[in-house]
Amino acid sequence: MGDMAMNTEFSIKIAGEAGQGMQTIGLVLAKACRDAGFYIFANMDYMSRIRGGNNFFQLRISHKPIFTLRQNADIIIALDKASVDLYKYNLTQEGILIFDKDEFKIERSEGNFFHAPFYKIAKDINGTDLYINSVACGLIAGFIRLKFDYIENVLKNTFHKKSGDIIIENIRAARLGHDYAVENFKGNIFSLTCPGKRKEIILNGNEAIALGALSAQCQFYSAYPMTPSTSIMDTMAHYSEIFSIVVEQAEDEIAAVNMAIGASFAGVRAMTATSGGGFALMVEGLSLAAMTETPIVIVDAQRPAPATGFPTRTEQADLEFILHAGHGEFARAIYSPGTIEQCFYLAMKAFNLAEKFQIPVLILTDQHLADSYRNIPILDSRKIPIARHIISREDSINIAGYKRYQLTETGISPRAIPSWISDVIYVDSDEHNEAGHITEDAQMRIKMVNKRFHKKMNLLSEEVEPPYIENLDNASTVIIGFGSTYGVMKELAQMDKKIGFIHLSQVWPLPLKELNSLSFEGKHVLTVENNASAQLAKLLKRETKIKIDDSILRYDGRPIDIDYLIEQIKERSR
Amino acid sequence: MKDINLFKSNDEITWCPGCGNFGILNAIKKTLVKLDKQPNEILLVSGIGQAAKLPHYINCNCFNGLHGRALPVAAAAKIANRKLTVIVTTGDGDCYGEGGNHFIHNIRRNVDITVIVHNNQIYGLTKGQASPTTDIGYITKVQTQGVVIEPFHSLAVAIVLGCGFVARGYSGNSDELSELILAGINHKGLSLIEVLQPCISFNKKNTHQWYSERIYKLAEDSQYDTSDKFLAIKRAIEWDGRIPTGIFYKKEDKTYEDNINLNSRPALVETQMDVSNISKNLLDSLSLD
Repeated sequence: MGDMAMNTEFSIKIAGEAGQGMQTIGLVLAKACRDAGFYIFANMDYMSRIRGGNNFFQLRISHKPIFTLRQNADIIIALDKASVDLYKYNLTQEGILIFDKDEFKIERSEGNFFHAPFYKIAKDINGTDLYINSVACGLIAGFIRLKFDYIENVLKNTFHKKSGDIIIENIRAARLGHDYAVENFKGNIFSLTCPGKRKEIILNGNEAIALGALSAQCQFYSAYPMTPSTSIMDTMAHYSEIFSIVVEQAEDEIAAVNMAIGASFAGVRAMTATSGGGFALMVEGLSLAAMTETPIVIVDAQRPAPATGFPTRTEQADLEFILHAGHGEFARAIYSPGTIEQCFYLAMKAFNLAEKFQIPVLILTDQHLADSYRNIPILDSRKIPIARHIISREDSINIAGYKRYQLTETGISPRAIPSWISDVIYVDSDEHNEAGHITEDAQMRIKMVNKRFHKKMNLLSEEVEPPYIENLDNASTVIIGFGSTYGVMKELAQMDKKIGFIHLSQVWPLPLKELNSLSFEGKHVLTVENNASAQLAKLLKRETKIKIDDSILRYDGRPIDIDYLIEQIKERSR
Repeated sequence: MKDINLFKSNDEITWCPGCGNFGILNAIKKTLVKLDKQPNEILLVSGIGQAAKLPHYINCNCFNGLHGRALPVAAAAKIANRKLTVIVTTGDGDCYGEGGNHFIHNIRRNVDITVIVHNNQIYGLTKGQASPTTDIGYITKVQTQGVVIEPFHSLAVAIVLGCGFVARGYSGNSDELSELILAGINHKGLSLIEVLQPCISFNKKNTHQWYSERIYKLAEDSQYDTSDKFLAIKRAIEWDGRIPTGIFYKKEDKTYEDNINLNSRPALVETQMDVSNISKNLLDSLSLD
């Protein structure tokens, strides 16, 4: 169905007003397809409002692993009239737009339009529009000839906390939709061969980060709600009782970061998350974490800025900001996960790294990664063993003359936990001596700067995530990206072996040894970035030997999809 | 009783000679001696300003953070280790100006910490600008026509916000102040003790003599009822003629730790999380809810 492959995949778009439950049924459909053995990629495109407007849920289903979205859809279901006009040009050549001509009072129903009276079907159940989304879910399942059992099972799980009537009526609504499609849509163009069942889970980037943090024994999470980071807080809160952790909604991002620092100082692993605007408020705290050498993990789920920007859309324009955020010079590490799995494992690693070097570790994601769902193998929290790098409780007894900032060969001072250690601990945001008391001494200043900055950066550069490299040797074009563009680059490289790709899941410090050992002779080198000023290209030019020829950029607030990337590369090869 | 030298720090004190802060330092030390705590079980948290230097001058744990941000650090440290006695030493600029939002919301949060606000009604560290509590009309290098904006009525605000322990002391009476701090530490929940304090270098109005002529003790009025919120507000805004000290308002309420059941289990820092049950089912239940 797609432009590139017949009957190996298709894309579905469920469009309507905010409040019509597109995400709920989109996820039901995604899970049903997962249970049937397909690979899925899904994402919600939403406006910054709770009711009305126009939102859509996109679901791509394939018989092989997929990592990104297509521009157009093979099946579009319009739950309101506005969606018909908004999306009729987003259909693929043989795609079909499902609508309700009775409800929308639109006459056209030939060609690519398929009428289904879903409003009437819903009203017949309880006299309201309540079950429209479940009817739509069933309709799509019928179109793609998905066995209804899969839908029924997922609906049962989804609504397990609701009353029996609600579950039964949702299932009835979906079944009526399903049967209508099977009876009235006789083409079989949407049938897919199933690759076989696997035990997999469906998560989005934010959920994976929260689960990574929990697996790393993060016991304290403080944040102020900010799209698109908020579902990290929701997920942490969802598990707070089960794991007896504290999740506190702070009065602002300044409090959020300072609370995380306070909790970490007292000895528990702590994290906060926000988006660019909130991160702007946190930067003084970032500097405090560095100066006091208090480990902390901060997530910046980017959205388009400046200022309030596009609250619910995506961008990668905080890269240069986060590289330099915070007054003064200090060591930091910045992870930029590209997949759901990386969100989980890098979140786990972030806590180890933060405690090992007593630094702030940042995780840079964006709305596209934060809100996109993929099926993935079950995560293994034992893959990254927890290493606290603190003076244990037993070893803390009878320590006298403790100096929090003791000068050592490595620059790392043994970190004691208050009340465990029999001595006292002085920590200061002013320049301080080894004991943590305020100093004005020039020589001590130099030693402390070397400790916090040079020595730690040297150690950090020995523990960098290696770049992910594919197809490089035979490539005529090499694309380089960081963060969420992994998926789109990966798919392109799978499709076209003349395209090499490099993905950076850590942007600071950079994996310099690996990058500088690569040969790009005779290759066209491009960065792929969701921003307007080619920030990654600038970083690579400044820090590495790589010569960047050009950059493929997108800054309309939308993710770089595979069709956009193909088109941009074609344009450059003309 | 413990020896006061247990809390003696060898760090050099950098306050002006004769500063009101010495009286406060003395009162805090006197209080700590009365507690059943060792120095390593006490955490002093401060922001920036002359008051914020105080933790260095006492031998116990110290976190001297950012200007205005002592409260979030202190509250979270207490949440992470509820066995610590957490005391904030802050000033009128630090707590009511830069940290105003944290002042409001940490009173609402009601974590069991003690907040001592050194109120000298002026900015000392930056050399004499108006603070949120400087009296109207007071002329400074910046407020050249005199202060024109209404002072922040900190104690009244705290009472209205439901703070369960609101008191005022005076740096010139360290015995009374020490009693107030002790009562504040023993109070369950956030306790606020504001301390009036002359700034001998920059505040030429609110001097030791000025205070001595006005200060009276609430406790001298046997009719005064510390559970009467409206009476407390009335006394809290009393200023120009007579200035009361003592406990204005007191009410035991559930603390943040009570509300999230922290007090019924080991301190967070002593807890090992059992993450073995992050299983497939739990993971999958997420996107379903």
